[in-house]
Amino acid sequence: MTISIFPDPFEQARTTDGVSTIDDQNDPVTMVMGLKDVRKCAHNWKSFQSGGEEVGRIVVPSEAAIRDVRQIPFEVDPPEHGGFRKLVEPWFKRPLEADYQEKLKVIIDELVEEAIKQPKIEVVEEFALKLQSRALTLLLNTPFEESEVWIGWGTHVFRSKDTDLDGDKANLLYDYIDKEIEKAIANPNDNFYSVLLASEVNGKKLTKEEIKGVISLTFAGGRDTVINAVTNTIAYFSEHPESLQRLHDEPEITTKAVEELVRYFSPLTHMGRVVTEDTAVCEHAVKADSRISLCWASANRDAKAFENPDEVVLDRKLNPHVGFGFSTHNCLGATHARQILAILIGSLSSKLSSIDAFENEENIEDWQQFQRKVGFHSLNVAFNAK
Amino acid sequence: MAKITFITQDDEQITLEADSGSVMELAVENGIAGIDGDCGGVCSCATCHVHVKPEHQAKVGEASEIEQDMLELDDEANEYSRLCCQIEVSDDIDGVIFKVAH
Repeated sequence: MTISIFPDPFEQARTTDGVSTIDDQNDPVTMVMGLKDVRKCAHNWKSFQSGGEEVGRIVVPSEAAIRDVRQIPFEVDPPEHGGFRKLVEPWFKRPLEADYQEKLKVIIDELVEEAIKQPKIEVVEEFALKLQSRALTLLLNTPFEESEVWIGWGTHVFRSKDTDLDGDKANLLYDYIDKEIEKAIANPNDNFYSVLLASEVNGKKLTKEEIKGVISLTFAGGRDTVINAVTNTIAYFSEHPESLQRLHDEPEITTKAVEELVRYFSPLTHMGRVVTEDTAVCEHAVKADSRISLCWASANRDAKAFENPDEVVLDRKLNPHVGFGFSTHNCLGATHARQILAILIGSLSSKLSSIDAFENEENIEDWQQFQRKVGFHSLNVAFNAK
Repeated sequence: MAKITFITQDDEQITLEADSGSVMELAVENGIAGIDGDCGGVCSCATCHVHVKPEHQAKVGEASEIEQDMLELDDEANEYSRLCCQIEVSDDIDGVIFKVAH
Protein backbone atom coordinates (compact mmCIF):
# COMPACT_ATOMS: atom_id res chain seq x y z
CA MET A 1 0.00 0.00 0.00
CA THR A 2 1.68 3.19 -1.11
CA ILE A 3 -0.23 5.39 -3.52
CA SER A 4 -3.00 6.27 -1.07
CA ILE A 5 -0.53 7.39 1.58
CA PHE A 6 0.06 11.13 1.75
CA PRO A 7 2.85 11.72 4.27
CA ASP A 8 2.94 14.78 6.53
CA PRO A 9 6.29 16.50 5.92
CA PHE A 10 5.52 19.28 8.41
CA GLU A 11 5.25 17.30 11.65
CA GLN A 12 8.67 18.10 13.07
CA ALA A 13 8.52 21.81 12.25
CA ARG A 14 5.00 22.03 13.63
CA THR A 15 5.80 20.36 16.93
CA THR A 16 9.15 22.08 17.53
CA ASP A 17 8.98 25.68 16.22
CA GLY A 18 5.41 26.02 14.97
CA VAL A 19 6.71 28.03 11.99
CA SER A 20 9.24 27.52 9.21
CA THR A 21 10.56 29.99 6.64
CA ILE A 22 10.94 29.18 2.96
CA ASP A 23 12.12 31.35 0.10
CA ASP A 24 9.88 32.27 -2.82
CA GLN A 25 11.47 34.36 -5.58
CA ASN A 26 13.56 36.24 -2.96
CA ASP A 27 10.38 37.11 -1.03
CA PRO A 28 10.51 34.75 1.99
CA VAL A 29 7.40 33.21 3.47
CA THR A 30 7.01 32.22 7.14
CA MET A 31 4.78 29.16 7.10
CA VAL A 32 2.45 28.86 10.09
CA MET A 33 1.97 25.21 11.01
CA GLY A 34 -0.33 24.48 13.97
CA LEU A 35 -4.12 24.42 13.67
CA LYS A 36 -4.79 27.04 16.35
CA ASP A 37 -2.15 29.44 15.01
CA VAL A 38 -3.32 28.98 11.42
CA ARG A 39 -6.89 29.75 12.42
CA LYS A 40 -5.89 32.79 14.47
CA CYS A 41 -3.85 34.25 11.65
CA ALA A 42 -6.56 33.50 9.06
CA HIS A 43 -9.05 35.32 11.24
CA ASN A 44 -6.80 38.35 11.80
CA TRP A 45 -7.22 40.05 8.43
CA LYS A 46 -6.01 43.37 9.83
CA SER A 47 -2.49 42.14 10.60
CA PHE A 48 -2.37 39.53 7.82
CA GLN A 49 -3.97 40.96 4.73
CA SER A 50 -5.14 39.47 1.45
CA GLY A 51 -5.79 42.76 -0.32
CA GLY A 52 -3.04 45.35 -0.53
CA GLU A 53 -1.22 46.86 -3.48
CA GLU A 54 0.68 43.91 -4.87
CA VAL A 55 -1.90 41.71 -6.56
CA GLY A 56 -1.00 38.01 -6.58
CA ARG A 57 1.60 38.27 -3.81
CA ILE A 58 -0.41 36.24 -1.29
CA VAL A 59 -0.26 33.18 -3.50
CA VAL A 60 2.77 30.94 -2.91
CA PRO A 61 4.57 30.84 -5.29
CA SER A 62 3.77 34.51 -5.79
CA GLU A 63 1.87 35.36 -8.96
CA ALA A 64 2.73 39.07 -8.65
CA ALA A 65 5.01 38.92 -11.70
CA ILE A 66 2.47 37.22 -13.97
CA ARG A 67 -0.86 38.86 -13.25
CA ASP A 68 -2.36 42.20 -12.26
CA VAL A 69 -5.99 41.08 -12.18
CA ARG A 70 -7.19 41.16 -8.58
CA GLN A 71 -9.10 37.97 -7.72
CA ILE A 72 -12.39 38.94 -6.05
CA PRO A 73 -13.46 38.57 -3.25
CA PHE A 74 -10.29 36.61 -2.37
CA GLU A 75 -7.84 39.53 -2.71
CA VAL A 76 -10.05 42.16 -1.10
CA ASP A 77 -10.19 42.71 2.67
CA PRO A 78 -13.05 43.84 4.90
CA PRO A 79 -15.00 46.02 4.93
CA GLU A 80 -14.99 46.17 1.10
CA HIS A 81 -14.81 42.37 0.97
CA GLY A 82 -18.21 41.98 2.65
CA GLY A 83 -20.23 43.47 -0.21
CA PHE A 84 -18.54 41.28 -2.83
CA ARG A 85 -18.85 38.15 -0.72
CA LYS A 86 -22.52 38.81 -0.04
CA LEU A 87 -23.15 39.26 -3.74
CA VAL A 88 -21.51 36.03 -4.90
CA GLU A 89 -22.28 33.72 -1.97
CA PRO A 90 -25.87 32.80 -2.96
CA TRP A 91 -24.62 31.90 -6.44
CA PHE A 92 -21.95 29.60 -4.97
CA LYS A 93 -24.57 27.93 -2.71
CA ARG A 94 -26.56 26.72 -5.75
CA PRO A 95 -24.93 23.26 -5.48
CA LEU A 96 -27.28 22.69 -2.50
CA GLU A 97 -30.26 22.69 -4.89
CA ALA A 98 -31.65 19.30 -5.94
CA ASP A 99 -31.69 20.23 -9.63
CA TYR A 100 -27.97 21.15 -9.57
CA GLN A 101 -27.12 17.90 -7.81
CA GLU A 102 -29.06 15.83 -10.33
CA LYS A 103 -27.18 17.44 -13.22
CA LEU A 104 -23.87 16.91 -11.45
CA LYS A 105 -24.76 13.27 -10.88
CA VAL A 106 -25.43 12.82 -14.61
CA ILE A 107 -21.97 14.27 -15.42
CA ILE A 108 -20.19 12.06 -12.89
CA ASP A 109 -22.15 8.85 -13.61
CA GLU A 110 -21.42 9.22 -17.31
CA LEU A 111 -17.68 9.56 -16.70
CA VAL A 112 -17.65 6.54 -14.39
CA GLU A 113 -19.63 4.47 -16.93
CA GLU A 114 -17.23 5.48 -19.72
CA ALA A 115 -14.24 4.56 -17.56
CA ILE A 116 -15.69 1.14 -16.74
CA LYS A 117 -15.79 0.34 -20.46
CA GLN A 118 -12.05 1.03 -20.84
CA PRO A 119 -9.52 -1.61 -19.81
CA LYS A 120 -7.45 1.20 -18.24
CA ILE A 121 -7.73 4.96 -17.91
CA GLU A 122 -5.37 7.74 -16.86
CA VAL A 123 -7.30 9.45 -14.07
CA VAL A 124 -5.85 12.99 -14.09
CA GLU A 125 -6.37 13.85 -17.78
CA GLU A 126 -9.14 11.46 -18.74
CA PHE A 127 -11.31 11.60 -15.64
CA ALA A 128 -10.57 14.31 -13.06
CA LEU A 129 -9.87 17.15 -15.52
CA LYS A 130 -13.00 16.28 -17.51
CA LEU A 131 -15.09 16.02 -14.35
CA GLN A 132 -13.81 19.35 -13.01
CA SER A 133 -14.36 21.15 -16.32
CA ARG A 134 -17.84 19.71 -16.96
CA ALA A 135 -18.92 20.43 -13.37
CA LEU A 136 -17.70 24.02 -13.79
CA THR A 137 -20.29 24.53 -16.55
CA LEU A 138 -22.91 24.03 -13.81
CA LEU A 139 -21.23 26.46 -11.45
CA LEU A 140 -20.97 29.16 -14.14
CA ASN A 141 -24.28 28.10 -15.73
CA THR A 142 -22.70 28.00 -19.18
CA PRO A 143 -23.27 25.47 -22.01
CA PHE A 144 -21.80 22.00 -21.43
CA GLU A 145 -19.75 22.25 -24.67
CA GLU A 146 -17.71 25.08 -23.13
CA SER A 147 -15.97 22.44 -20.99
CA GLU A 148 -14.11 21.19 -24.09
CA VAL A 149 -12.22 24.52 -24.25
CA TRP A 150 -11.25 24.31 -20.59
CA ILE A 151 -10.17 20.68 -20.85
CA GLY A 152 -7.81 21.85 -23.59
CA TRP A 153 -6.07 24.19 -21.16
CA GLY A 154 -4.66 21.31 -19.09
CA THR A 155 -4.66 20.71 -15.38
CA HIS A 156 -3.62 24.10 -14.04
CA VAL A 157 -4.71 27.50 -15.26
CA PHE A 158 -1.46 29.25 -14.33
CA ARG A 159 1.04 26.42 -14.12
CA SER A 160 2.34 24.30 -16.93
CA LYS A 161 4.26 21.09 -16.43
CA ASP A 162 7.67 22.78 -16.82
CA THR A 163 7.12 25.82 -14.68
CA ASP A 164 5.13 26.82 -11.64
CA LEU A 165 4.45 30.26 -13.06
CA ASP A 166 3.27 30.40 -16.63
CA GLY A 167 2.35 33.93 -17.74
CA ASP A 168 1.19 32.78 -21.18
CA LYS A 169 -1.39 30.51 -19.60
CA ALA A 170 -2.64 33.32 -17.36
CA ASN A 171 -3.08 35.56 -20.41
CA LEU A 172 -4.92 32.80 -22.24
CA LEU A 173 -7.41 32.69 -19.37
CA TYR A 174 -7.82 36.46 -19.20
CA ASP A 175 -8.31 36.81 -22.96
CA TYR A 176 -10.94 34.08 -22.79
CA ILE A 177 -12.76 35.78 -19.88
CA ASP A 178 -12.65 39.19 -21.64
CA LYS A 179 -14.34 37.64 -24.69
CA GLU A 180 -16.98 35.92 -22.57
CA ILE A 181 -17.79 39.18 -20.76
CA GLU A 182 -18.23 40.95 -24.13
CA LYS A 183 -20.48 38.10 -25.32
CA ALA A 184 -22.63 38.46 -22.19
CA ILE A 185 -22.87 42.24 -22.71
CA ALA A 186 -24.05 41.68 -26.29
CA ASN A 187 -26.43 38.83 -25.39
CA PRO A 188 -27.38 38.84 -21.72
CA ASN A 189 -28.55 35.45 -20.44
CA ASP A 190 -28.61 33.63 -17.11
CA ASN A 191 -24.94 32.65 -16.83
CA PHE A 192 -22.60 33.94 -14.12
CA TYR A 193 -21.12 36.64 -16.38
CA SER A 194 -24.57 38.11 -17.04
CA VAL A 195 -25.59 37.89 -13.39
CA LEU A 196 -22.44 39.81 -12.41
CA LEU A 197 -22.97 42.39 -15.17
CA ALA A 198 -26.45 43.09 -13.79
CA SER A 199 -25.25 43.33 -10.17
CA GLU A 200 -24.26 46.14 -7.89
CA VAL A 201 -21.91 46.14 -4.92
CA ASN A 202 -22.07 48.97 -2.41
CA GLY A 203 -24.40 50.86 -4.73
CA LYS A 204 -22.12 50.61 -7.77
CA LYS A 205 -22.25 48.39 -10.86
CA LEU A 206 -19.34 45.97 -11.07
CA THR A 207 -16.63 47.01 -13.54
CA LYS A 208 -15.44 44.62 -16.24
CA GLU A 209 -12.16 44.35 -14.33
CA GLU A 210 -14.01 43.32 -11.17
CA ILE A 211 -16.07 40.75 -13.07
CA LYS A 212 -12.84 39.38 -14.55
CA GLY A 213 -11.52 39.14 -10.99
CA VAL A 214 -14.48 37.09 -9.79
CA ILE A 215 -14.49 34.77 -12.80
CA SER A 216 -10.72 34.22 -12.78
CA LEU A 217 -10.92 33.23 -9.11
CA THR A 218 -13.63 30.74 -9.99
CA PHE A 219 -11.43 29.20 -12.68
CA ALA A 220 -8.14 29.24 -10.78
CA GLY A 221 -9.30 28.33 -7.29
CA GLY A 222 -11.22 25.26 -8.30
CA ARG A 223 -8.92 23.79 -10.92
CA ASP A 224 -6.01 21.72 -9.59
CA THR A 225 -7.60 21.57 -6.12
CA VAL A 226 -10.64 19.71 -7.41
CA ILE A 227 -8.53 17.62 -9.79
CA ASN A 228 -6.27 16.56 -6.90
CA ALA A 229 -9.21 15.81 -4.60
CA VAL A 230 -10.89 13.62 -7.24
CA THR A 231 -7.70 11.82 -8.29
CA ASN A 232 -6.57 11.23 -4.71
CA THR A 233 -10.00 9.88 -3.76
CA ILE A 234 -9.71 7.31 -6.54
CA ALA A 235 -6.18 6.44 -5.40
CA TYR A 236 -7.54 5.94 -1.88
CA PHE A 237 -10.34 3.62 -2.98
CA SER A 238 -7.94 1.59 -5.12
CA GLU A 239 -6.17 0.52 -1.94
CA HIS A 240 -9.27 0.51 0.28
CA PRO A 241 -11.99 -1.60 -1.35
CA GLU A 242 -13.47 -2.10 2.13
CA SER A 243 -14.13 1.65 2.30
CA LEU A 244 -15.84 1.55 -1.09
CA GLN A 245 -18.07 -1.23 0.24
CA ARG A 246 -18.70 0.57 3.53
CA LEU A 247 -19.81 3.76 1.78
CA HIS A 248 -22.17 1.66 -0.31
CA ASP A 249 -23.61 0.00 2.80
CA GLU A 250 -23.66 3.16 4.95
CA PRO A 251 -24.28 6.11 2.60
CA GLU A 252 -25.22 8.21 5.62
CA ILE A 253 -21.51 8.59 6.47
CA THR A 254 -20.74 10.18 3.07
CA THR A 255 -20.69 13.78 4.34
CA LYS A 256 -18.24 12.82 7.08
CA ALA A 257 -16.12 10.90 4.56
CA VAL A 258 -15.97 13.96 2.29
CA GLU A 259 -14.70 16.15 5.13
CA GLU A 260 -12.15 13.52 6.14
CA LEU A 261 -10.79 13.09 2.63
CA VAL A 262 -10.49 16.86 2.26
CA ARG A 263 -8.65 17.00 5.60
CA TYR A 264 -6.31 14.15 4.73
CA PHE A 265 -5.50 15.25 1.16
CA SER A 266 -5.59 19.03 1.85
CA PRO A 267 -5.67 19.82 -1.88
CA LEU A 268 -4.30 23.33 -1.26
CA THR A 269 -1.10 23.12 0.80
CA HIS A 270 -1.04 26.72 1.97
CA MET A 271 -2.07 30.28 1.19
CA GLY A 272 -0.15 33.43 2.00
CA ARG A 273 -0.93 36.74 3.63
CA VAL A 274 1.02 40.02 3.69
CA VAL A 275 1.92 41.24 7.18
CA THR A 276 0.74 44.83 7.78
CA GLU A 277 2.57 45.59 11.07
CA ASP A 278 5.50 44.30 13.08
CA THR A 279 3.98 41.47 15.10
CA ALA A 280 4.57 37.88 16.22
CA VAL A 281 3.34 34.51 15.05
CA CYS A 282 3.77 31.59 17.41
CA GLU A 283 6.30 33.66 19.38
CA HIS A 284 8.34 34.40 16.25
CA ALA A 285 8.67 38.03 15.18
CA VAL A 286 7.35 38.86 11.72
CA LYS A 287 8.00 42.23 10.09
CA ALA A 288 5.59 44.54 8.34
CA ASP A 289 5.50 43.92 4.55
CA SER A 290 6.88 40.38 4.93
CA ARG A 291 4.74 37.34 4.15
CA ILE A 292 3.34 34.49 6.17
CA SER A 293 1.46 31.47 4.88
CA LEU A 294 -1.34 29.54 6.49
CA CYS A 295 -0.33 25.93 6.03
CA TRP A 296 -3.67 24.15 5.82
CA ALA A 297 -1.97 20.83 5.08
CA SER A 298 0.10 20.99 8.26
CA ALA A 299 -2.77 22.23 10.44
CA ASN A 300 -4.89 19.34 9.21
CA ARG A 301 -2.42 16.83 10.71
CA ASP A 302 -2.10 18.59 14.06
CA ALA A 303 -2.24 15.85 16.71
CA LYS A 304 -3.48 18.39 19.25
CA ALA A 305 -6.79 18.47 17.39
CA PHE A 306 -7.00 15.18 15.49
CA GLU A 307 -6.67 11.67 16.90
CA ASN A 308 -4.60 9.49 14.57
CA PRO A 309 -4.05 12.44 12.24
CA ASP A 310 -2.22 10.41 9.60
CA GLU A 311 -5.05 7.93 9.17
CA VAL A 312 -8.18 8.29 7.06
CA VAL A 313 -11.05 7.73 9.50
CA LEU A 314 -14.06 7.83 7.17
CA ASP A 315 -16.65 8.57 9.85
CA ARG A 316 -14.49 10.97 11.90
CA LYS A 317 -17.03 12.77 14.06
CA LEU A 318 -15.01 15.76 15.28
CA ASN A 319 -13.09 17.08 12.34
CA PRO A 320 -12.27 20.79 12.71
CA HIS A 321 -10.13 20.80 9.56
CA VAL A 322 -9.13 23.83 7.52
CA GLY A 323 -9.04 22.10 4.14
CA PHE A 324 -11.33 24.83 2.80
CA GLY A 325 -9.45 27.57 4.64
CA PHE A 326 -10.92 29.46 7.56
CA SER A 327 -12.74 32.69 8.42
CA THR A 328 -13.17 35.71 6.11
CA HIS A 329 -11.63 34.17 3.00
CA ASN A 330 -12.77 30.57 3.39
CA CYS A 331 -13.31 28.71 0.15
CA LEU A 332 -16.18 30.11 -1.89
CA GLY A 333 -16.29 26.94 -4.00
CA ALA A 334 -16.51 24.59 -1.01
CA THR A 335 -20.21 23.81 -1.52
CA HIS A 336 -19.53 22.83 -5.15
CA ALA A 337 -16.44 20.80 -4.19
CA ARG A 338 -18.28 18.96 -1.39
CA GLN A 339 -21.07 17.99 -3.79
CA ILE A 340 -18.59 16.77 -6.38
CA LEU A 341 -16.91 14.49 -3.84
CA ALA A 342 -20.17 13.27 -2.29
CA ILE A 343 -21.68 12.40 -5.67
CA LEU A 344 -18.41 10.84 -6.86
CA ILE A 345 -18.31 8.64 -3.76
CA GLY A 346 -21.93 7.62 -4.35
CA SER A 347 -21.27 6.79 -7.98
CA LEU A 348 -18.07 4.83 -7.39
CA SER A 349 -19.48 2.87 -4.45
CA SER A 350 -22.66 1.93 -6.29
CA LYS A 351 -21.05 0.95 -9.58
CA LEU A 352 -17.63 -0.50 -8.71
CA SER A 353 -16.49 -3.55 -6.81
CA SER A 354 -12.87 -2.42 -6.84
CA ILE A 355 -10.28 -0.21 -8.54
CA ASP A 356 -6.91 -1.55 -9.70
CA ALA A 357 -4.07 0.96 -9.74
CA PHE A 358 -1.12 0.72 -12.14
CA GLU A 359 1.78 3.00 -13.03
CA ASN A 360 1.65 6.53 -11.69
CA GLU A 361 3.71 9.69 -11.31
CA GLU A 362 3.32 11.49 -8.00
CA ASN A 363 3.05 15.28 -7.86
CA ILE A 364 5.53 16.29 -5.16
CA GLU A 365 5.55 19.98 -4.32
CA ASP A 366 9.02 21.33 -3.57
CA TRP A 367 8.98 23.79 -0.67
CA GLN A 368 12.75 23.47 -0.03
CA GLN A 369 12.93 21.82 3.41
CA PHE A 370 9.50 20.30 2.79
CA GLN A 371 8.63 17.93 -0.03
CA ARG A 372 4.88 17.40 -0.06
CA LYS A 373 2.88 14.94 -2.12
CA VAL A 374 -0.25 16.81 -3.14
CA GLY A 375 -1.55 14.48 -5.83
CA PHE A 376 -0.47 12.86 -9.09
CA HIS A 377 0.75 14.03 -12.48
CA SER A 378 -0.69 10.78 -13.78
CA LEU A 379 -2.42 7.74 -12.31
CA ASN A 380 -3.48 4.74 -14.35
CA VAL A 381 -6.32 2.62 -13.04
CA ALA A 382 -8.94 0.08 -14.06
CA PHE A 383 -12.50 0.48 -12.76
CA ASN A 384 -13.98 -2.96 -12.05
CA ALA A 385 -17.78 -2.96 -12.35
CA LYS A 386 -19.98 -4.80 -9.87
CA MET B 1 -40.00 13.74 21.30
CA ALA B 2 -38.28 17.05 22.15
CA LYS B 3 -39.61 20.52 21.35
CA ILE B 4 -36.87 22.85 20.17
CA THR B 5 -37.30 26.55 19.42
CA PHE B 6 -35.12 28.70 17.19
CA ILE B 7 -35.23 32.50 17.13
CA THR B 8 -33.62 33.89 14.00
CA GLN B 9 -31.85 37.22 13.51
CA ASP B 10 -35.14 38.57 12.11
CA ASP B 11 -36.82 37.55 15.38
CA GLU B 12 -38.81 34.83 13.70
CA GLN B 13 -39.63 32.11 16.23
CA ILE B 14 -39.90 28.53 14.96
CA THR B 15 -40.64 25.53 17.19
CA LEU B 16 -39.84 22.07 15.86
CA GLU B 17 -40.15 18.55 17.21
CA ALA B 18 -37.66 15.72 16.80
CA ASP B 19 -36.35 12.65 18.60
CA SER B 20 -32.94 12.06 17.03
CA GLY B 21 -30.11 13.57 15.00
CA SER B 22 -28.31 16.80 15.77
CA VAL B 23 -29.90 20.19 16.36
CA MET B 24 -28.05 21.50 13.28
CA GLU B 25 -29.59 18.77 11.09
CA LEU B 26 -33.04 19.63 12.40
CA ALA B 27 -32.48 23.32 11.65
CA VAL B 28 -31.12 22.71 8.13
CA GLU B 29 -33.94 20.28 7.25
CA ASN B 30 -36.41 22.96 8.23
CA GLY B 31 -34.62 25.88 6.57
CA ILE B 32 -33.86 27.89 9.71
CA ALA B 33 -32.23 31.12 8.48
CA GLY B 34 -28.63 31.52 9.66
CA ILE B 35 -27.95 27.80 10.20
CA ASP B 36 -26.07 26.45 7.17
CA GLY B 37 -24.22 23.40 8.51
CA ASP B 38 -21.83 23.49 5.54
CA CYS B 39 -19.53 20.75 6.87
CA GLY B 40 -22.37 18.36 7.64
CA GLY B 41 -21.79 18.40 11.38
CA VAL B 42 -18.12 17.65 12.05
CA CYS B 43 -17.30 20.94 13.79
CA SER B 44 -15.29 22.36 10.93
CA CYS B 45 -17.23 25.30 9.52
CA ALA B 46 -18.91 27.15 12.43
CA THR B 47 -21.99 27.92 10.30
CA CYS B 48 -24.40 26.56 12.94
CA HIS B 49 -23.64 28.98 15.76
CA VAL B 50 -26.43 29.55 18.32
CA HIS B 51 -26.79 31.24 21.68
CA VAL B 52 -28.53 29.04 24.24
CA LYS B 53 -31.08 30.89 26.39
CA PRO B 54 -29.35 31.15 29.79
CA GLU B 55 -32.10 29.27 31.61
CA HIS B 56 -31.59 26.27 29.29
CA GLN B 57 -27.81 26.17 29.38
CA ALA B 58 -27.62 23.41 31.97
CA LYS B 59 -29.77 21.09 29.80
CA VAL B 60 -27.55 21.56 26.77
CA GLY B 61 -24.19 21.38 28.48
CA GLU B 62 -20.84 22.94 27.67
CA ALA B 63 -18.88 23.00 24.45
CA SER B 64 -15.92 20.63 24.10
CA GLU B 65 -12.43 22.10 23.82
CA ILE B 66 -12.41 21.66 20.05
CA GLU B 67 -15.78 23.41 19.78
CA GLN B 68 -14.61 26.20 22.09
CA ASP B 69 -11.56 26.72 19.90
CA MET B 70 -13.84 27.19 16.89
CA LEU B 71 -16.12 29.59 18.76
CA GLU B 72 -13.25 31.62 20.16
CA LEU B 73 -12.68 33.25 16.76
CA ASP B 74 -16.33 33.99 16.03
CA ASP B 75 -17.14 37.67 16.48
CA GLU B 76 -20.60 36.86 17.84
CA ALA B 77 -19.37 34.38 20.46
CA ASN B 78 -20.34 34.75 24.12
CA GLU B 79 -20.66 32.51 27.17
CA TYR B 80 -23.92 31.03 25.82
CA SER B 81 -22.49 30.08 22.42
CA ARG B 82 -22.66 26.57 21.00
CA LEU B 83 -22.21 25.03 17.57
CA CYS B 84 -25.51 23.19 17.32
CA CYS B 85 -24.07 20.36 15.18
CA GLN B 86 -22.53 19.23 18.45
CA ILE B 87 -25.86 19.09 20.32
CA GLU B 88 -27.78 15.84 20.00
CA VAL B 89 -31.57 15.93 20.01
CA SER B 90 -33.03 14.01 22.95
CA ASP B 91 -35.71 14.35 25.62
CA ASP B 92 -33.04 15.91 27.83
CA ILE B 93 -33.17 19.14 25.81
CA ASP B 94 -36.97 19.32 25.52
CA GLY B 95 -38.17 22.93 25.61
CA VAL B 96 -34.80 24.48 24.82
CA ILE B 97 -34.64 27.85 23.03
CA PHE B 98 -31.76 28.80 20.72
CA LYS B 99 -31.10 32.27 19.33
CA VAL B 100 -29.37 31.97 15.95
CA ALA B 101 -26.10 33.92 16.18
CA HIS B 102 -25.75 35.10 12.54
